[in-house]
Amino acid sequence: MPTAIEFFKLLPKTNCKECGQPTCLAFAMLLSNQKATIDLCPHVASDAKETLEEASAPPVRTVKVGDKDLGGETVLYRHERRFVNPTAYALTASDTLSSDALKERVDYIASLRYDRVGMMFEADMVCLRNNSGDAGTFASKAAELAGIWSKGIVLETRDPAAAEAAATAIKGRRPLIYGADASNLDAMIGAAKAAGCPLGLVCADEKDAVALTERCAAAGFKDLVLDLGASNLKETLERQTVARRAAVRSRFKPLGYPLMNRVGSGEYAVATAVVSTLKYGSLVVFDDLKSYEALPLFTLRQNIYTDPQVPIQVKQDLYPIGDPDEHSPIMFTTNFSLTYFTVRADIEKSKIPVWLQIVNTEGLSVLTAYSAGKFEPERVAEAFEESGVLSKSDGPVIIPGLVTRMSGKLQEIIGRKVIVGTNDSRDIPKHLRSVTGQ
Amino acid sequence: MTDIPDVADRFSGAIDEVALGKGDYVAGGAKGMPFLSFENPVKRRPLIAGEVFDTLDGYPQLAADMFDGRQKDPVEWALMWKEIGADMICVRLVSTDPSRGGTPPEESAALVKRISDATKLPIIVSGCGVMDLDIPVFTAVAEAVRDSRLILSKADEDDYKRLASVAIANDHIVVGFANLDVNLSKQMNILLTDFGVDRRNMLTDPLMAALGMGLDYSYSVQERIRIAALMGDSMLQIPMLCDCTGAWDVGDAVSDEDPSLGDPRFRATWWEAITALAAVISGADIVVMRGPGAADMLMGYCDELRGEI
Ligand code: SF4
Repeated sequence: MPTAIEFFKLLPKTNCKECGQPTCLAFAMLLSNQKATIDLCPHVASDAKETLEEASAPPVRTVKVGDKDLGGETVLYRHERRFVNPTAYALTASDTLSSDALKERVDYIASLRYDRVGMMFEADMVCLRNNSGDAGTFASKAAELAGIWSKGIVLETRDPAAAEAAATAIKGRRPLIYGADASNLDAMIGAAKAAGCPLGLVCADEKDAVALTERCAAAGFKDLVLDLGASNLKETLERQTVARRAAVRSRFKPLGYPLMNRVGSGEYAVATAVVSTLKYGSLVVFDDLKSYEALPLFTLRQNIYTDPQVPIQVKQDLYPIGDPDEHSPIMFTTNFSLTYFTVRADIEKSKIPVWLQIVNTEGLSVLTAYSAGKFEPERVAEAFEESGVLSKSDGPVIIPGLVTRMSGKLQEIIGRKVIVGTNDSRDIPKHLRSVTGQ
Repeated sequence: MTDIPDVADRFSGAIDEVALGKGDYVAGGAKGMPFLSFENPVKRRPLIAGEVFDTLDGYPQLAADMFDGRQKDPVEWALMWKEIGADMICVRLVSTDPSRGGTPPEESAALVKRISDATKLPIIVSGCGVMDLDIPVFTAVAEAVRDSRLILSKADEDDYKRLASVAIANDHIVVGFANLDVNLSKQMNILLTDFGVDRRNMLTDPLMAALGMGLDYSYSVQERIRIAALMGDSMLQIPMLCDCTGAWDVGDAVSDEDPSLGDPRFRATWWEAITALAAVISGADIVVMRGPGAADMLMGYCDELRGEI
């Protein structure tokens, strides 16, 4: 990212304020912090604009596949700044499948979908493979797929004619054609240009990737996704690190594209996807993925792509959920933000109003805090005292099931009966219903 | 074709090397970011410790079923870990808590000694979590095992002197614990050093939060610790121990209520394996594992990541 001064040099320096900023310098500072875009200044010269756009574009190009952006990344480590576009996961379907079988396959892919604390974890794309070897079949199956699958589509073929036929058939969906290599590159660029869609390059390694992307750039084509040809975990980690570092640190354009992995199925495929999700992969294409693999993998992606600035602790306080009254249940838990959000979401699911008391455990989760002596009856009682919750409601006081052992002591200190809650937050709705008789 | 710029980092710092057990196992030593052979010539695999409890009371059945009944005797259990390929054993002495049996310290010490003698592997000793109860146990264990450098886990900012004293008196290793905070990790290392713990007798535990339970925080804290250490911050160059067993406390990992989530045995195994992969890729030098399947997978992946397969 250029500095504010570098931006400033290219601005008209008239301080006309039309960009909404008092001075060109103020605007330049916003630009360098990525808080404004150059088109807000109507007076910048067009050659300067191009230079600026080039300079302020993310070092990893943003490439749209379907309605999903891949790449657009700006840093090496997530503590520097939030990673931008989460890794997409695709599963393959063959173009030799009957209509029924294709539907069944798409239904399976769509079933890899989990609602977690208001976030949807799901498979993102279907990768249609040209197993038939026939362009017409590939195109008609692509159209069929587009009719029953509304998200991203990858078209996997080495045949430029098949690629062009299928991509043109579902042009409006902006599929990714995968893949081009040294032998078919020119024809594949032609196919991608004709259909107006991005192109995945099957590279032998990172050097080959440079050779191929430079040929694409010379042909004026830059909507690329790179498969660096890694055949094991080590190559996945190292090649993707080299590409990302070269792009981010050296602004090395030939490797400044989103990265993808074509893995198979089974344990090794998942392990490769894990490494790729941690280290710079934007798209992983599986032949198969089981539910017990998908849920942990999707959870990892969610974890890695969260905003690192979100504080780990919430404030010790009384949080009314729903519209609790003087008889509503009182629950409490730790101030680890994830615990709070999970418990809160599960209480909300029950639709039963609750007073949720958050206790400062220095950001530790329930069990960790308990074993570290930071989630003790005395602390809980203090928090109750501070918020006055016990005088706000005469409802049942519910203790997290994982710390049942402190219930006796707590009961003694607060002088109120304590009910043992659930070990697992997801059982809260059921438990609340039984406690309140609703 | 344009040449790819050289992106290898040449760091001035390195992670300390700490010799464990009888000295035949070493943790640490890295000179670059994990598994990057173009900048880290030290290809040491992170050490994998298999977890063993002194009681099965409270131990998840899902995990117990993975040990063919050998979990019923802690020594057999530890030997099974050795057969699986574990580099170390983590013995959890939780029955010392009066509410869980109140095993006397001498008995706990004898158990650790038997496990150490039978496996000849380095041992991590972890207590029930209440320092007042744990100190007599750690003391007895530390005195009973003289032919292997034990790892005593763990000391935190509020209460580290008692455990550090036990370690110093018997030339064992002490783990300094900090709760997801780079500065606190550094502070712990400084406190222990100032108190008189030799650097070759220290490990750092930054709290490995499990997948879905704040793994993102741990991952970034550990990357920051590793980067700062390599850039030359000597008080962060202590090898890192990450306990990945928290994966087994995550509802999504072990729940058997929703069949659409797939077999919980495989799911829990992946949950822990992914937690551990994130740990080693962000800088862990030692990982503690509960599931034999996850540990086995991790060993294979680590060997491959460092280019040994
Ligand atoms: S609109 Fe352009 S010329 Fe006018 S103040 Fe803003 S940056 Fe300067």
